[in-house]
Amino acid sequence: MATENYKLLKKESLPALFDKLTASGKTIYAPVKNGDKTEFDVVTKYSNDINDEYIQTVQSLKGTVFPKVEKLFDYKSDKTDTSIQEVDFSKFPQNVLWGLHPCDAAAFRPLDATFRWDYDDKYFLTRMKLTTVVGLSCSKHDDYCFCSSVDISPASGDGSDILLTKNKTGDYLVEIITEKGQEVYDMSKDLFGEISDDKESYITVVPKKFDLTELNKNLDGSFEAPYWLAQSMRCIGCGACAYVCPTCTCFDLQDEGSANKGSRIKCWDSCGFGHFTLHTSGHNPRETQSQRWRQRILHKFSYMPDRIKVFGCVGCGRCSRACPVDMNISENLIKIMEEPKNE
Amino acid sequence: MSNPNIYKPYLMKVEEVTEEAPFVKTFRLKFTNEEEAAKFNFRAGQFGEYSVAGEGESTFCIASSPTREGYIECTFRETGRVTSALANKEEGEIIGFRGPYGNTFPIDDWKGKNLLFIAGGIALPPMRCVIWNCLDLRENFKDFTIVYGAKNVNDLVYKHELKEWEDRPDVKLITTVDPGGETPDWKGEIGFVPTVLEKAAPSAENTIAIVCGPPIMIKYTFPILEKLGFKDTDIFTTLENRMKCGFGKCGRCNVGKVYICKDGPVFTYAELKKLPAEY
Repeated sequence: MATENYKLLKKESLPALFDKLTASGKTIYAPVKNGDKTEFDVVTKYSNDINDEYIQTVQSLKGTVFPKVEKLFDYKSDKTDTSIQEVDFSKFPQNVLWGLHPCDAAAFRPLDATFRWDYDDKYFLTRMKLTTVVGLSCSKHDDYCFCSSVDISPASGDGSDILLTKNKTGDYLVEIITEKGQEVYDMSKDLFGEISDDKESYITVVPKKFDLTELNKNLDGSFEAPYWLAQSMRCIGCGACAYVCPTCTCFDLQDEGSANKGSRIKCWDSCGFGHFTLHTSGHNPRETQSQRWRQRILHKFSYMPDRIKVFGCVGCGRCSRACPVDMNISENLIKIMEEPKNE
Repeated sequence: MSNPNIYKPYLMKVEEVTEEAPFVKTFRLKFTNEEEAAKFNFRAGQFGEYSVAGEGESTFCIASSPTREGYIECTFRETGRVTSALANKEEGEIIGFRGPYGNTFPIDDWKGKNLLFIAGGIALPPMRCVIWNCLDLRENFKDFTIVYGAKNVNDLVYKHELKEWEDRPDVKLITTVDPGGETPDWKGEIGFVPTVLEKAAPSAENTIAIVCGPPIMIKYTFPILEKLGFKDTDIFTTLENRMKCGFGKCGRCNVGKVYICKDGPVFTYAELKKLPAEY
């Protein structure tokens, strides 16, 4: 452990740190307790409602870099003239994403790989560049969590600029991982102390359910396997899994407004919807729900690693928690590895 | 443009509108910005996203040849929301265009070969680009055969160009309409494209086949080409999956490990055989 990159942040220093971040123009997103739930929200000050022991939120912070609905540009048009007004990229917010778990931090990798693949998506890349990720090691997990099965751990710093790990006294061990993380440290050095504690001992252990490399190999030649239909018989095609997924990137492009004035927007979509691939002619390459379930799994665990060298799943378990018919992704992945591909 | 916005369309002026068939129009489009026009280039087989403000974008190939500089053309059938709005555009009006996207027909590799083009219905436009491209480089190729069919005589597109090809001594054109689609004065063949192709039995020797049509036509044409002795690596087609972005991000045209928009739309039959049948 290279100790020079590790610092101690006392719990009582958090209000001063949040004030400094806010004063420097940053927008802070943090996990905020609301009844028995915790969801990410914008905060300007530190408060005791900020929960550092939550298991998982319903929504990730994907929307801060890839908004659910994003305006691409405005247009004005009449018979003879059309003009496009681009959005002002310099006005994009400088976000600090505070206290998201290592699965969510790791989710920025597949997003980045997709939005950078040969064609740079300026909207995503600008937002990402202005984002500082302050990860939080997990002190708890539940049965839906499977990060350790997709090569992420409850204390991995991949995707984080700073990683916080809570210790027994309620203070944080702080690992400064990137230059962006260093900037946060540099602007508030006086709030950090030196460590005198061991990092690992306060972190939950998420049991490994399957081997990712084995799963990836196993999916080769699985296209006609009978399990796709068996697993998706109950799927109602609601798309909830995609809308809570921190790595799903499928989107739609639409116009909002009239012929004279309006905006082109990019908005989340899902490969689980029937109209997603529907041709104008009526032909649909993926017309059944089982074909769309197969696409979801193969895209994340076979096509993405093959094409952009990153898996499309971080084991956060959100899709399984959100599913109204209780389809559990990790259970289904285990079955895929156990069951025969041919009838 | 050091940091281009990939979602921002070029603004194109509709220079000329041609009625090709019922509900089918060709637009000739010119860049409104000369700097953009000067930088723009494309190759046969590539496609773009055409847009109408307030309605959205729609995907079609570029139907004109890259050898004809200064404009691009697209041919579309009025079917959905965007194509209906496009069809209402008149000469002088502005539409959006993003592109070119996708791979290209490897025309350079076809030098010294016979070319056999097989198209059905509204699928002639993607092929028209490569036909004119090759005709403009006619001396590079040997026999030049075009087999084109539609449901009925009225649905044949580019009627004036079909006449031009028919009149050229260096092009063999076979046109056909589905049984019942003929008119009293129809002089072409009557029958489905695969049947007419089998009857014409063009030689596979040193020949490249380029096929484009509705899925049902493709399905029955490939086996006939193989029966005629064509190697699957010498049979080319262009796929038309639903697309939104055109550059491998929106997810729609992903088929197996392939993205039609980035790895295609041009594929050989040999490549298609390796893909799951999700197109």
